[in-house]
Amino acid sequence: MSEDDLKRTPLDAFHARHGARMTGFAGWRMPVQYAAGPLKEHASAREGAALFDVGHMGQVNLRPRSGRIEDAMLALERLTPAAVLGLPDGRQRYAVLTNDAGGIEDDLMVSNRGDRLALVVNAANAEADVALLRRLEDVCEVEPLGRGLIALQGPGAESVLTTLGAAAGGLRFMDAASLTVAGVAVEATRSGYTGEDGFELSVAAEHAPALAEALVEAGAAPGGLAARDTLRLEAGLPLHGSDIDAGTSPVEAGLTFAIQKARRAGGEREGGFPGAERILRELVDGPDRIRVGLRPEGRAPFRAHVPLFEAEDASAPVGEVSSGTFGASAGGPVAMAYLPPRLAAPSTPLWGEVRGKRLAAAVHALPFVPHRYKR
Amino acid sequence: MKFTEDHEWLTLDGDVVTVGITLHAAEQLGDVVFIELPEVGDEFEVGAEICTIESVKAASEINAAVAGEITEINEAIVANPALVNEDPEGEAWFFKMKLEDVAVLADLLDEEAYKALID
Repeated sequence: MSEDDLKRTPLDAFHARHGARMTGFAGWRMPVQYAAGPLKEHASAREGAALFDVGHMGQVNLRPRSGRIEDAMLALERLTPAAVLGLPDGRQRYAVLTNDAGGIEDDLMVSNRGDRLALVVNAANAEADVALLRRLEDVCEVEPLGRGLIALQGPGAESVLTTLGAAAGGLRFMDAASLTVAGVAVEATRSGYTGEDGFELSVAAEHAPALAEALVEAGAAPGGLAARDTLRLEAGLPLHGSDIDAGTSPVEAGLTFAIQKARRAGGEREGGFPGAERILRELVDGPDRIRVGLRPEGRAPFRAHVPLFEAEDASAPVGEVSSGTFGASAGGPVAMAYLPPRLAAPSTPLWGEVRGKRLAAAVHALPFVPHRYKR
Repeated sequence: MKFTEDHEWLTLDGDVVTVGITLHAAEQLGDVVFIELPEVGDEFEVGAEICTIESVKAASEINAAVAGEITEINEAIVANPALVNEDPEGEAWFFKMKLEDVAVLADLLDEEAYKALID
């Protein structure tokens, strides 16, 4: 895909003004880093406040034709093992969309905004997700939105918003509400994908640049995709397309928290989602492989697809790294991998083959860096 | 100073070249977090992989632009990979190599040609 074919978020000029290096990502022209570099941008999110353009992600509203939000909630439950019914007005929940084989088509956030469900889905899957969601058109209007989306992440995020006049302190983790930030109307959620406290701000495209500049003025440092990746990896959060995909079940991925009791065997709305047979079976019998954290002992990162062995001289791999990088806050390389459950206990020793050499590593509990959500 | 199309620089002293990566390469890599150097005494043919450089984003290699034997390595960049971003064309040299044939350097890019390449 040539540079000209890439879609641009409303913050394209903002990135240029702040010295970003741009790259193609999921069909979008996105900042990979700014002049500060990924390590400093990562530190901003852990210690202060970092601003990420996540306007490439898909924002979709589901509006119940009946006017009853419960109808939209039940409709969405046809596509996900999450319990959506019962999500209170003004609350957000993580969910996966599954396929008939029990794999994960995408993962998303869904908020109950009273009259509608507001979804945020991955950029790479947005078109496919909208096609999938159109199956619910008997019950809902499906509205893809052309809005900007800004993630403000870090322990300083709340004070940045407060400085700009927003009543951000009224929200706790996974709350959703309308706020006015620097005079701009935003749909805010207190969430993100870095493991830190923070907010995601959905904003009309024409107001996104002014909002981003105001956030920077108030102390937020812009961060790119590279820092976003190291932050989410340290936080143990899977990336669709790397750590989870259409072949991975949510049980294998360790995402059973996103399958509430109501949808499990014996629950009041048991099953009724794609791949229920496999997923409900794995919840009882356990999966054949499971997502784990992995810490290489040396300084060399284990990247995606590094094969893992039980012994330094073993011939057949027992698993594979799904994503890996250098974790600045963890103080060394960190990775996620899939292993048989018998090898998934923390501290289990393993060997990864990197450039023809077997390097030592150990299973590590996720996350690598503790979550600091404001619950 | 000579340059390669793979963004390495080389300076010659007698029959020994000092090799590093250019400022442009360091900027493109972003923050360097891990470096694996060869051992003194290792011999390399043209094109052979000599070093690995891992940035936050990805792994890349330095391949031998000229053939020779490693005479010295810069342990300082192994201990502190960030040096590569701070001073790539100075303190953060990678290794020194004794050349079999000094004349091959004439085939590499001069500064003007390298600048034209990266512009």
